[in-house]
Amino acid sequence: MGKRVGIEVSLAVAEAVKLCDVDVVSAYPITPQTHIVEELSHYVANGDLDAAFIPVESEHSAMSAAVGSSATGARTYTATSAQGLALMHEIMFIAPSMRLPIVMTIANRSLSGPISIWNDHSDIMAERDTGWIQIFCENGQESFDLTICAFRIAEDKRVLLPVGVNMDGFILTHMIEPIEFMDKAEVKAFLPDYKPQLTLNPKKPVSMGPVGVPEVYMEAKKQYEQALWDSKDVVKEVLAAWGKHTGRKYAMVECNGKKKAKTVFVTMGSLGETAMTAVDNLIAAKQDVGQVRLRLWRPFPKEEMKKALKDAAKVVVIDRALSPGGVCGPVATEIKSLFYGDKNAPKIYNIVAGLGGRDVSVKDFEEMYALAKGGKIKDDYVIWGVKSNA
Amino acid sequence: MAERTQLIHHYLRHNKKFPHVYCAGCGHGIALGSLIRSVHALGWSKDEVVMVAGIGCSGRMAVYVDFNTVHAVHGRALTIATGIKLSNPNLKVIVVMGDGDALSIGGNHFIHAARRNIGLSVLVLNNNIYGMTGGQCSSTTPLGATTTTTPFGQMEKSFDLVELAAAAGANYVARASAFHAQGMDKLMQATFTHRGFSLLEVVSPCHTQYGRKNKFKTVVDMYRWLKESATPLEQYRKLSAEKAKGRIPLGVFVDRDEPSLEERYADLRADQTAQAGRR
Ligand SMILES: Cc1ncc(C[n+]2csc(CCOP(=O)(O)OP(=O)(O)O)c2C)c(N)n1
Ligand code: SF4
Repeated sequence: MGKRVGIEVSLAVAEAVKLCDVDVVSAYPITPQTHIVEELSHYVANGDLDAAFIPVESEHSAMSAAVGSSATGARTYTATSAQGLALMHEIMFIAPSMRLPIVMTIANRSLSGPISIWNDHSDIMAERDTGWIQIFCENGQESFDLTICAFRIAEDKRVLLPVGVNMDGFILTHMIEPIEFMDKAEVKAFLPDYKPQLTLNPKKPVSMGPVGVPEVYMEAKKQYEQALWDSKDVVKEVLAAWGKHTGRKYAMVECNGKKKAKTVFVTMGSLGETAMTAVDNLIAAKQDVGQVRLRLWRPFPKEEMKKALKDAAKVVVIDRALSPGGVCGPVATEIKSLFYGDKNAPKIYNIVAGLGGRDVSVKDFEEMYALAKGGKIKDDYVIWGVKSNA
Repeated sequence: MAERTQLIHHYLRHNKKFPHVYCAGCGHGIALGSLIRSVHALGWSKDEVVMVAGIGCSGRMAVYVDFNTVHAVHGRALTIATGIKLSNPNLKVIVVMGDGDALSIGGNHFIHAARRNIGLSVLVLNNNIYGMTGGQCSSTTPLGATTTTTPFGQMEKSFDLVELAAAAGANYVARASAFHAQGMDKLMQATFTHRGFSLLEVVSPCHTQYGRKNKFKTVVDMYRWLKESATPLEQYRKLSAEKAKGRIPLGVFVDRDEPSLEERYADLRADQTAQAGRR
């Protein structure tokens, strides 16, 4: 077991990337991602990390350079947030279609406008359908751990897809948390050297990113969607291996609180810990409540989620992003469709909360619980805590 | 003093948006002062001015001034301004950007707006660094300079803003320094009134993110450096290559009088209307 150190989570993530011995880091600064890539540029400059650091001129270039470097077979990392992720959008589709196992940290931050540097999940939700594997971290230790796992998942030859590791901006990135580190040998024992399948290599030339005429386009899409679905087993395997290796066990979907609870919260990201405290309080007050934390957003763990919610009568799904003009928030949409046609479907409430850095407290969860228990949430979704005379 | 306070109250959203975020000694504040004096001297009404600013410490200016303002996204101030100017050429469109905004993430728009010679008054507050995000290298960070992303020195060559704009086709190109505020006022007014794409580069010290890491003990040292190295362009041109090294030429580099894009459009429209009348 490694040392436990109190450290800013961004720096811990940079350390994880260093321990994974990446070959190329390309990045453009944006709050709250900056500390991660600054730290990596230090490692590269002082020789601690034998890699190329490319301080590109925009995020579009950051992702493009990552695609180029990964195409040569280099282990490649980048990180961004909000506007930066939006600017990457075009290239976000290219990486999975070329089956490039890039790993990216997304320090989740709300998209403008209004201009906001604070946290929500609007940035990654706009990239939902780009074909990336998408993981959400709940705390600092997970951010460190899942960054290392992400490389192993991405580079598995059954997967070969990019992985986005989401961590809530500021709430996680700028927090000092006790993190259990590992040494290089321990990481090396867990993460094998990357053996790329196809690379740009003059001795064995290949063509990457060609045109998909209508006769083959759908087949190509189907192929990498299949790879994305198949990656679920690998995610499971890698998380299990990590548990064995470090003693820290993670699942794609995790339950907490009362078993077979009547009312169950569903959260993604750091809100899970706040909800956990609320659930503890409520249980202490003799309430029948539980919680499901969703760690893998894409591919969506359908069976696992359904199993986790099968005994619930009421489900309160918390979304940290708004889908304007939609039926409800993105996570709730998935969960509702999961239960479509199911006679035993629970009542599914959706609360959109914590947009643009608005704090969501333990008390908020307790109030949400009271409303849900009383059957007092009527609309398809509620935008929580909007001041009526703001 | 009272007069200055009046100006501040008239042109700034002083009772809503202050205190401002600028660090003590930031060159951006001096550029803001010059901007207000220039608009005032030109007698423009606040309502005919539109300020479009990018994202960065420089971009914050759009929050403080009481004109029509658009606080755009990082790197896209020029494209938004292009839309504004072409749809209403009567507006006086002032674009404020940092070096990151104008030349890194928005570099493509910069050369194209200059090439089109569209009638925008463009201020680039060049502090050689990404100030707002914590001092990462930009595309004007000098070779060898220390930043948070180049801890052992910048390895890439930097852009010369003035040469870039001149080569791309800007009608008017000038450089001012935050130490030489009166000179800046003159150049700023000329930038605001010149037809076509008019660029003023302001050399703007950022001690917080750049100076501290590059051997300037205090912000005053940065202004001393500016004072000592700034050279009027006419003098600069007479210097030997060796003597010119490390000096910062200030003044007007390009002064062309070609019709702007919106003028060409107006002419075309007039022609077409006349022809249609004849048909
Ligand atoms: C697409 C995008 N990428 C990154 C950022 C983060 N960001 C905000 S300001 C800035 C750089 C500011 O530097 P500069 O333009 O030189 O202005 P200064 O702050 O130095 O005045 C960056 C990278 C952003 N807002 N949007
Ligand atoms: S960080 Fe630099 S550019 Fe930003 S306000 Fe401070 S001195 Fe000015």
